[in-house]
Amino acid sequence: MAIDFDLTVIWAFIIAFAVFAYVVMDGFDLGIGILFPTFQPGQERDQAMNSIAPVWDGNETWLVLGGGGLFAAFPLAYAVILPATYPLVIAMLLGLVFRGVAFEFRWRDKAHEKFWDISFTAGSFIAAMAQGMILGALLQGIEVQDRAYAGSWWDWLTPYTLLTGVGTVAGYALLGATWLIWKLEGASQAHARTLAKKAFLATLALMGAVSAYNLALNPEYADRWLTAPEIYLTAWVPIVTGIIALSLLGALKKERNSKPFWLSIALFFLGMAGLGATIWPNVIPPDITIWDAAAPEKSQVFMLIGVAITMPLILAYTGWAYWVFRGKVGTEGYH
Amino acid sequence: MFENADALLLARIQFAFTVSFHFIFPAFSIGLASYLAVLEALWLKTGKQVYQDLFKYWLKIFAIAFAMGVVSGIVMSYQFGTNWAVFSDKTGPILGPLMAYEVLTAFFLEAGFLGVMLFGMNRVGKGLHFTATFMVALGTFISAFWILSVNSWMQTPVGWTEAANGQLLPEADWFDIVFNPSFPYRLVHTVIAAYLTTAFVVGGVGAWHLLKDRTNQHARKMFSMAMWMAALVAPVQIFAGDMHGLNTLEHQPAKVMAMEGHYESHPDGAPLYIFGIPNDKEQRLDYAVGIPKLSSLILKHDLDAPLAGLDTIPDEDQPPVFLPFWAFRVMVGIGMLMLGIGAWSLLARARKKLYDWTWLHRAAVVMGPSGFVAVIAGWITTEVGRQPWTVYGVLRTADSASPLDAPAVAMSLIAFVVVYFAVFGVGTWYILRLMKQPPHTGEKGVKRTEKGPVRTAGITPGPTQNPGHDPDVLPDSKEEATDGN
Repeated sequence: MAIDFDLTVIWAFIIAFAVFAYVVMDGFDLGIGILFPTFQPGQERDQAMNSIAPVWDGNETWLVLGGGGLFAAFPLAYAVILPATYPLVIAMLLGLVFRGVAFEFRWRDKAHEKFWDISFTAGSFIAAMAQGMILGALLQGIEVQDRAYAGSWWDWLTPYTLLTGVGTVAGYALLGATWLIWKLEGASQAHARTLAKKAFLATLALMGAVSAYNLALNPEYADRWLTAPEIYLTAWVPIVTGIIALSLLGALKKERNSKPFWLSIALFFLGMAGLGATIWPNVIPPDITIWDAAAPEKSQVFMLIGVAITMPLILAYTGWAYWVFRGKVGTEGYH
Repeated sequence: MFENADALLLARIQFAFTVSFHFIFPAFSIGLASYLAVLEALWLKTGKQVYQDLFKYWLKIFAIAFAMGVVSGIVMSYQFGTNWAVFSDKTGPILGPLMAYEVLTAFFLEAGFLGVMLFGMNRVGKGLHFTATFMVALGTFISAFWILSVNSWMQTPVGWTEAANGQLLPEADWFDIVFNPSFPYRLVHTVIAAYLTTAFVVGGVGAWHLLKDRTNQHARKMFSMAMWMAALVAPVQIFAGDMHGLNTLEHQPAKVMAMEGHYESHPDGAPLYIFGIPNDKEQRLDYAVGIPKLSSLILKHDLDAPLAGLDTIPDEDQPPVFLPFWAFRVMVGIGMLMLGIGAWSLLARARKKLYDWTWLHRAAVVMGPSGFVAVIAGWITTEVGRQPWTVYGVLRTADSASPLDAPAVAMSLIAFVVVYFAVFGVGTWYILRLMKQPPHTGEKGVKRTEKGPVRTAGITPGPTQNPGHDPDVLPDSKEEATDGN
């Protein structure tokens, strides 16, 4: 049993890592999509899109790993969460369709560039909102009977999930804006900086609101954060979050280049760590633990071998691809 | 109960629709990625401009097709959970790891190197750029490997045991599960189909431009390459398809009965029906036109070999016959036409008229999209033919679906139909528009800056910033000394 315990926990962390990698990497892509209308048509928009054109596909692949990994490592969770959030998942997928094709289509059809720009923004916004609401729907708990979703198809729609949705949109906007600070120059960079400040304040406020709501959502969540002994384990999360938030504000004010982006990622990391600590060891609150949902050991071992071999390679060539397209986008684009 | 059946039917239509639409793009991009790798390799080897031009010409088309494949593919990776939750819960321990391997070994590889392949010509050296192209091509193949292993396991499941909670657990070695009995045949047949599909698209485009200007060297080159593929690979494909069919006869006899329209058993030689209207209700083939004993000859290599019919299969285990019967005939018919075009091109080549026979060019234009039709027809044959099961003989389709209300599935189905036809229709139109452009010397690559007064070659200031230099032309050896890094 000891080995079961370890492998399931390892897999929970691998899935969490995939989701985190997705949220951060596609987060800044989607954030740029959300902020796109505030950039001037023409060079500014071209640059904003060009800064992610070579990497968006790789970034989105982490979503497939999150979904595919969940199917493989926690099939029950995959089989419950997706039907429970059905309209949100469909909306997210269709949003990603519009967002994804816009990368190619807007350059192929100058006459309809405006349309594909709207498609880029609307797709990004819908995908971000849906992802945040799926997260909220999971945190607020899902009704399960006999290994199947037992609720209705609108259970996911609550004030809480709307809040987590808007929070995710704001957070992605922060990632996108800080990425653009790093990639753009001059007036466009200054514009990105203004956006980053607004997105930062919105993100912080919404993170606070979601955290407070979590305490009211479920007495177990409140116990975890407010009573001893759990509080000794969890208290560092809000403290470090505060420190990071102050540093990020400072980095924005001092007009730093790449630092706001890295600090935004740190902020996301802490947000996810906080949510992880809130639901642990459940994968589907309120009742289904990671061990209830886990695939058998034989499947876990087989996949772990694959992850151990391929993940270092994936990280290496993904890093290389980013390196190839490093630096400022420049004023004339590069394609 | 009625409402459940409705939701089930809607879920099946939705899966069939999204997967058919999706598969059009990989069927093209698997072949096209390899074609691009070949073109770039030939360019590096020979230094001939024509290969570089063709590479860039098809790269633009590849970029659009690939983007549509990616976004429609993500839908598939979630559709198992959204609409087939019971199936996902039960098969996750076996199929989940195979799909995870697809993501880890294929999707990341394709996506990771795609950016460099599309946009990195002036940012990395030639060798490294070719490596990126090769990795994308390799990724498309590895992706086909895993997903076809998954599909094949659902058709010919082995090495499983049922757990107390109803899940199917892996029991045998993973090697046996991955290389399940129908997998090698399905892999070979499907990958060759993708190559042929691409060859006929390339050939059709080449032929179109030859009809406009038969001296166009680029059109000649692509037409000639495509016709070699048709001539050499179409016969191989017919052989591979035959082997696949024999494998199906061994493991899924009811599917072959449906494909052949054999409702009744034939104890002394079964006919090959050329035409007929399957009538499941009366269990007979109406208006049947057949060649006596030919089916036994093809399937058993013996004119008088007995062949069992659907009358030996319990009603509740029978597949519907109409779709497998007709889809199979469409696929085989197109395969024969492809073989014919290949043979015709060999004749033209032997007479040194490959670029002159306009009827051959016209036929090649008509056959341009035929691969897609054949591929989809093939999938309809195999997927409808394995009904009523999702995991053959183990898990019924009716027992696989999510507990969703019919209106939810109806709404999503309508959304998919509207969005897919609109978005992918427009994308296909963009591709056709690119194909309409004659390929020419100094072909531009994937270019992105119509508005900038001067295009330069890099996002980093420094050696790559070379005003006036056209980034869309691969640096030739002279430039590379200053421009390649």
